[in-house]
Amino acid sequence: MSALPSLLRLLEVGPGLRTGFLRLLSLEPVQRPGSTTMTAATADFARATDVDKGAAFLERLPVVLRDWIASFFPESLRWVVGALLAIAVILAVFGSLFALLTLAERKVLGRVQNRPGPNRTGPFGLFQPIADAIKMLTKEDVVPREADQVLHFLAPVALLGFSILTFAVIPYGRRLVPLELDAAVLYFFAAGAGTELAVFMAGWASHNKYSLLAAMRALAQLISYELPLLLSFVPVVMLAGTLSTSRIVAAQAGWTWGFLPHWHVFTPWGFAGFVIFMVAAVAESNRSPFDLPEAESELIAGHLTEYSGFKYALFFMAEYFGMIALSGMAITLFLGGWQAPLPFLEFVPSYVWFALKLLALLLGFIWLRATLPRLRMDQLTRLAWKFLVPLALVNLGTAAFWQLTAHWDGPLSAARWVVAAVLVVGPFLVLGRGLTAGIATRTYRYA
Amino acid sequence: MNPLQLCLMVSTGLFCIGLAGALARSNTILVLLGIELMLNAANLNFIAFWRYGPPSTPATGVLFALFAIAVAAAEAAVGLALIIAVYRHQKNIRLQDANTLKG
Amino acid sequence: MNLALLIIAFVMLGSAAIAMGLRNLIHSALLLIASWAAIAAFFLWAGAEFLAFAQVLVYVGAVSMVVLFAVLLTRQSRLDLNLAPVPFGRALGALIAGSAVAGILFGAILGTPLPAAAAPPPGLTVRQLGLQLMGTHAAALLVVGVILTVALLGAIVLASNEAAPKTPEAR
Repeated sequence: MSALPSLLRLLEVGPGLRTGFLRLLSLEPVQRPGSTTMTAATADFARATDVDKGAAFLERLPVVLRDWIASFFPESLRWVVGALLAIAVILAVFGSLFALLTLAERKVLGRVQNRPGPNRTGPFGLFQPIADAIKMLTKEDVVPREADQVLHFLAPVALLGFSILTFAVIPYGRRLVPLELDAAVLYFFAAGAGTELAVFMAGWASHNKYSLLAAMRALAQLISYELPLLLSFVPVVMLAGTLSTSRIVAAQAGWTWGFLPHWHVFTPWGFAGFVIFMVAAVAESNRSPFDLPEAESELIAGHLTEYSGFKYALFFMAEYFGMIALSGMAITLFLGGWQAPLPFLEFVPSYVWFALKLLALLLGFIWLRATLPRLRMDQLTRLAWKFLVPLALVNLGTAAFWQLTAHWDGPLSAARWVVAAVLVVGPFLVLGRGLTAGIATRTYRYA
Repeated sequence: MNPLQLCLMVSTGLFCIGLAGALARSNTILVLLGIELMLNAANLNFIAFWRYGPPSTPATGVLFALFAIAVAAAEAAVGLALIIAVYRHQKNIRLQDANTLKG
Repeated sequence: MNLALLIIAFVMLGSAAIAMGLRNLIHSALLLIASWAAIAAFFLWAGAEFLAFAQVLVYVGAVSMVVLFAVLLTRQSRLDLNLAPVPFGRALGALIAGSAVAGILFGAILGTPLPAAAAPPPGLTVRQLGLQLMGTHAAALLVVGVILTVALLGAIVLASNEAAPKTPEAR
């Protein structure tokens, strides 16, 4: 038993990770020396990061449970136990959210299309995900003889691995961030960039020229929309002064005039950034209207054509996890994370607020799928390169203007809002008109 | 052998693997990948010295490695574009065939 | 010694060596990507978190894509990806050259008295990096930006197809 601590000391990984775990495990308040945020008052900031000074029991419940379970183990193993618990909880929660999301999507799509959706299996179709899982698990796993066996197997594994890795830095509650990294946002997007590799592996290993073409198109889409995604959160980092997700959430604490939260989405540049981020997130997770890579009605299944059974389910699990992770990051960056929208609503635990916001964004994803038609490949890439990237760059300038005029108050603050709004709406209109210049207006004829 | 020497030997090993690969292979893309390995080995060297060096230097090692990554990425892009241009001319990417100035 | 460092070094050197020796070009490229990921793990072990994530983002996320696209665009058929074996003389020469350089460098490393500071790794925050980048090294940052822009524009120009159609023959 005494050899274990020395064995663990051998695995001396980087200090940030280990002290991050230890900081998560201890109950000391997370002190930030010299906060540089300009948007949050010091008291709000302190309250956002403060420990359980009179916090409600429900709020402290996850941390109390984790400490109780970790207390069964010796001191040196506690960080391992904490990490394993976080992994288990994330997999359980988001796995079941994935299952319910497949059902919710089919029900919502059905209702939008004026039909009930699945309602046979169980009450309101609640056992439909279980039926889907049984179907996927019992299907024959067909691998083409000429396919690259190792790569064909590794592609869904790599995709799912990278998608789940991105969940580690999202703050789910007041002290519920699994991994406290100094460069958390960069970690999130680095792990997301690994998913592109898995798409290529899937297309290549199938030994099917149409799969390869579809994989190339999927990669072109993923790479094109990576740029607006990354550019849209740079203003957030600039204004919060940090790449750490928990500190970005804490920087959005407080309310002006008692009811308007300091969330980034309620500023002009933040609103534009949020919209650009969500459009790029829809494209990054291959969702309609950007789902040409996996369009069932066009390419059979694109780069997933040669996958059947559980591997196919793994690809879709990875897509939904990507959706959930990107929504979680959008909530962290723009919607104030786990914070309540109004001061008197703070009795609701922080993780419940996060869950509500997450469900709202996911409903938005499903709503978009039900409403908009699919974009063609060239329309897709033109939207990314000629519309979203210039808008994101102008948004960066708007955010810089906002930051530099933070000291304007009184009537000048109204001028600040007006100028920022013009800087946001103006390029949008100009670019939009420019891109739709030669196209005739659409006439709708109803049957 | 202290940890710094071990890290330096690891980076030397990577450098020499890249060197051997760049010298031996006749496929231009593999030569380029060997060169990328050599650049990465140099980055490893910088970080090894930053980790174990005198603690007075602020962040110079990390910054140098960051700039090296950026420049190496640009060089890889240009190199691969050159390979595509050469391929369009001679329809294969064997390095030995690219040494004649044909019209 | 340090178990984590040994595992990372083994993965890094092993995948690089196999990548340089394989005859299937796609497998070579993918093993090299694994080697780059192992290098990022080394950076993480040494405490340079930002650099590790930048390495993953740039190499595994972007340069790997460029390499794979180039591999696929420079072949006539799927068979072109199975390369001819390296002639024995050439391989032997390269191995001798590599080992000679390795031997010289190992000798130099083991010979010089290098002080390994027993201090814990320097905790580098992103804030300090940012202040350095925008303060002391601002000029270098701008120059690197210009380099990247110019290099990628040049790459696009080089790799794009022949532009103007030839004049039609007179009939």
